[in-house]
Amino acid sequence: MIIPKLALRNLLGAGLRTWLNVVVLSLSFVLIIWLQGLYIGMGDQIKEAQIDVDYGGGQYWHESYDPYDPLTLEDAHGAVPDPIQNKIDKGEATPILIAQATIYPEGRLQVILLKGIDPAQTVVNFPSQFLVQENGEIPALIGTRMAKSAGLKIGDKVIVRWRDAQGTFDARDVYIAQIMKTIVPAVDQSQIWIPLETMRELMGMQNEASLVVMAKDIEELPVVSGWNFKSLKFLLADVEYLIKTKKTGGSIIYMFLLLLAMLAIFNTQVLSIFRRKKEMGSMMAMGFTRGKIIQLFTLEGAFHSVLAGIVAAIYGIPFLVWFAKKGWAMPEGYDDFGIALGEKLFPIYTAGLVFGTVMLILIVTTIVSFLPTRKIAKLKPTDALRGRLS
Amino acid sequence: MKRIICYISFVCLLTAAVTAQEPPSGEDILKQVDANIGSDNKISVAEMTIHGRRGSRTVKSKSWLRGQDESFTEYLAPAREKGTKMLKLGDQLWIYLPSTNRTIKISGHMMRQSVMGSDLSYEDMMEDQDLQKIYDAQVAAEEVILERPCWVLELTSKGGNIAYHSRKIWVDKERFVSLREDRFARSGKLLKTFEAKEVSRIQNRWVPTRMVFKDVLKSGKGTEFILESIEFNADIPEHVFTKASLRK
Repeated sequence: MIIPKLALRNLLGAGLRTWLNVVVLSLSFVLIIWLQGLYIGMGDQIKEAQIDVDYGGGQYWHESYDPYDPLTLEDAHGAVPDPIQNKIDKGEATPILIAQATIYPEGRLQVILLKGIDPAQTVVNFPSQFLVQENGEIPALIGTRMAKSAGLKIGDKVIVRWRDAQGTFDARDVYIAQIMKTIVPAVDQSQIWIPLETMRELMGMQNEASLVVMAKDIEELPVVSGWNFKSLKFLLADVEYLIKTKKTGGSIIYMFLLLLAMLAIFNTQVLSIFRRKKEMGSMMAMGFTRGKIIQLFTLEGAFHSVLAGIVAAIYGIPFLVWFAKKGWAMPEGYDDFGIALGEKLFPIYTAGLVFGTVMLILIVTTIVSFLPTRKIAKLKPTDALRGRLS
Repeated sequence: MKRIICYISFVCLLTAAVTAQEPPSGEDILKQVDANIGSDNKISVAEMTIHGRRGSRTVKSKSWLRGQDESFTEYLAPAREKGTKMLKLGDQLWIYLPSTNRTIKISGHMMRQSVMGSDLSYEDMMEDQDLQKIYDAQVAAEEVILERPCWVLELTSKGGNIAYHSRKIWVDKERFVSLREDRFARSGKLLKTFEAKEVSRIQNRWVPTRMVFKDVLKSGKGTEFILESIEFNADIPEHVFTKASLRK
């Protein structure tokens, strides 16, 4: 117990030099937790929103459907197989029909995706109830991004032109029944939603769909030929990759800060060993082994991280808590990037994150503190007492 | 007996006279229209003036057509488009862009995109099907267009993969050339119009040599098309309709 006590006393005795190192290291603590928390929060926010609004509990895709290849859309539809239809009838799934179309807002040509969804569906948190057809006109639902790009308002009429199953052009007026505000661009950008049955009838695609969204927590998933089930793991793979990339990018910032702190600690250790040779010699004379002296100096260095943790907690916890409540307002236009970010990002600080960060800094500081002390292993007590290094 | 012969002769003459005044059937007119413009092979040079919001630009091209499924187009002007080539084989289309030295395959919905910002889609551009094969026709009226008496035909799709469900065409009664055309969606909404502004006699056929295409849903003045030359039943070498010719 004497070594830790001695180490702490020596460290505090070093005064300003110690506190300078501690402050820089504490910044690393706070920055790592803050940035990583931000990315965890961002990932969770995107995933939750996409599951809630778009992915549900996974999707069955028609075998030709590929959202990244618009050329496949023409053929990516087919009759919904009975096992999936049973799920739809039970309210455990909802079909979506997708087709390429063109709109002409104010005489401008704009290529869009026309999507049909059941107005009565409750599988995903999507305001499809606005698509109930009342007066013979075709109601359409669009998102705020689409409304902005096409210059459309509620009540506006716009001509939509598409090709039906036989390849024949059809064009109808649709009226904008509602403009939804969603953080999920995948159901908004360049898309118009109309009632599923109307779309099926106009397209000549009775009982057909391009994909079927399953309700959350559906365990029994039928295997049907011609339709491929895409799990949430598959659907969210892009988000996971995005977060991983962001984390890597963000780690460069705090690694740089950590490197500075470690450099300072390393320097301090080297200086301590150089300046405190007589002290080491006295310790040896009093019966301290070289190992104990190495322990003492290493511990002195490692205690930087403990003090940094305490300092970081003093100013970091209020800051991180405040930030978690207030969130980070995203700049305008950021949601046009195609990511479901929302207006604000709320960081999530998990116990694993905090523990992991503490352990990372503690281990790195200990290693950095230990490295210069290896010289002590070769130290002769007589040389040390004379102030020389062997 | 003489009386009977006279009576029969009178009835026959009367029937012939009445028949002569009746317009030919829509199908017959359409056949004549196809016969006038249709050809196994064609080589044409045309100028397309696209009137956009920021002004107009003219594109000159030379096209080789064989049957209804094969065509090859090379852009000759302006300098920016010069060397761009398009090859259509069946329902597939390839475009060669000299600026990138790459060939891009265009299919599906891309075929419905506008050609160089014009009012014509790649499909419209490549369309060369006999109308009588894909449409039922009925004579709806008679009107005068470009000071020429015309039959107004209402065409309705026979089914199958036809872009326009119905069309209304104004056919010159004497020359059997279409002087105006309205193309409709299945809902009956007017989508595109075509108007011939000048018609010339080429190789014993009447051919519109200046015409305007308009995407009615889009604002703008439309796209003007001037046919500089056309050669029907031309001798086109086999290699023209190969992908290799795109890079030549």
